[in-house]
Amino acid sequence: MTQTHAEQTQAQVSAEMTALTEAYDASATVETQTRLDYPPYRSSLLRHPTKDLHHADPEGIELWSPVFGERDIDPLEADLTLQHDGEPIGERMKVTGRVLDGDGRPVRHQLVEIWQANAGGRYVHKRDQHPAAIDPHFTGVGRCLTDADGTYSFTTIKPGPYPWRNHRNAWRPAHIHFSLFGSEFTQRMVTQMYFPGDPLFALDPIFQAIVDRSARERLVAAYDHDVTEHEWATGYRWDIVLTGTHRTPLEEDES
Amino acid sequence: MTLVPTPGQTVGPFFAFALVHDGGAELVPHGHPGAIRFTGRVLDGAGDPVPDALVEIWQAAPDGSVVRAPGSLHRDGFTFTGWGRAPTDRSGRYTFTTLTPGATTPGAAPYVAVTVFARGLLDRLLTRAYVPGDDAALGADPLLASVEEARRATLVATADEHGFVFDIRLQGDGETVFLDHRRD
Ligand SMILES: [Fe+3]
Repeated sequence: MTQTHAEQTQAQVSAEMTALTEAYDASATVETQTRLDYPPYRSSLLRHPTKDLHHADPEGIELWSPVFGERDIDPLEADLTLQHDGEPIGERMKVTGRVLDGDGRPVRHQLVEIWQANAGGRYVHKRDQHPAAIDPHFTGVGRCLTDADGTYSFTTIKPGPYPWRNHRNAWRPAHIHFSLFGSEFTQRMVTQMYFPGDPLFALDPIFQAIVDRSARERLVAAYDHDVTEHEWATGYRWDIVLTGTHRTPLEEDES
Repeated sequence: MTLVPTPGQTVGPFFAFALVHDGGAELVPHGHPGAIRFTGRVLDGAGDPVPDALVEIWQAAPDGSVVRAPGSLHRDGFTFTGWGRAPTDRSGRYTFTTLTPGATTPGAAPYVAVTVFARGLLDRLLTRAYVPGDDAALGADPLLASVEEARRATLVATADEHGFVFDIRLQGDGETVFLDHRRD
């Protein structure tokens, strides 16, 4: 009888990941991005393109990004601990950083969206079956606009790790999902922020789908005591770099 | 200065409670003059629907202008913002109500820029859905010309009685052409 994905062990999946890492290390190439084709993440098997991405110079609408403004965001949406009548359970934390483009310029006044599990590793999402408590005082959704310096800032609760069904006893390292827009459409991206020193990193096929060690580390926030607030919240700093833009400086000035 | 971009990650299974909002897929209200339906299915390598994908569109106004108005998250019912977001349903279908995009440059082939996210898709994919009909403009389009002929049709929507249909095949027969815009 064939084994289903859910019956495979961590050791089997880890052996696959190790083989892919060793092949990458031996290849003497440098990959800075996440692989789309990474079989240890079982859900990706039928959902990754098999043909190379087609290189295209952006034109027209692709050189612009949607505009989000004050009417789109309530400033309170940046504090995920204030969205209900009571205090959520868990470690209150701040996370802040800058959104930069590939040339190091701040991405100004642009939308940042986050979502996450609660301190027990449970999502509010109706299909989350993990038998951990739902926190009636925590939804886990935040939004803000970057400021003129490209800085975003959220107050939230540190999310817990949670089990998933990639294989038997699979656990995701604690993470916060981030959704980002740049100044042009080609920079659109969704990613995940992780916490330093997580023992689950080596076991997680989604994190390991970035086969380059230094590229992976770009997704790990840094504990920052200057962000930590006295008798209130721990602090993390995480900067995000989008791809480079294609518009000329003249067009930049006009926007 | 050139910085290395932060890697993307999958949107995961549990994005709807955060990213899907009322009115997100209605760039104009139903019944708005000129409203069209822009719809299609997201399919996997087995041809099965992907019921946990998220599709975003970004487009010019019918006159070809690039909209610089906010309000995509809280629409006022009057302002066309050019951007929308729709989850797929159990049949893998996404549906927007929008306006037909115009050409941002006179004579160019107009298109809708499309982003695809899904559980199981490790990083977002970008593509274009060209408006069908103007064969001269489509024939002169530089991107379409650069794609092998057999795959060009994956970038062109088809017309139906309500607007346009654009299926997205992540893998396999008829795999959609996905774009890489990185600078060399
Ligand atoms: Fe998650």
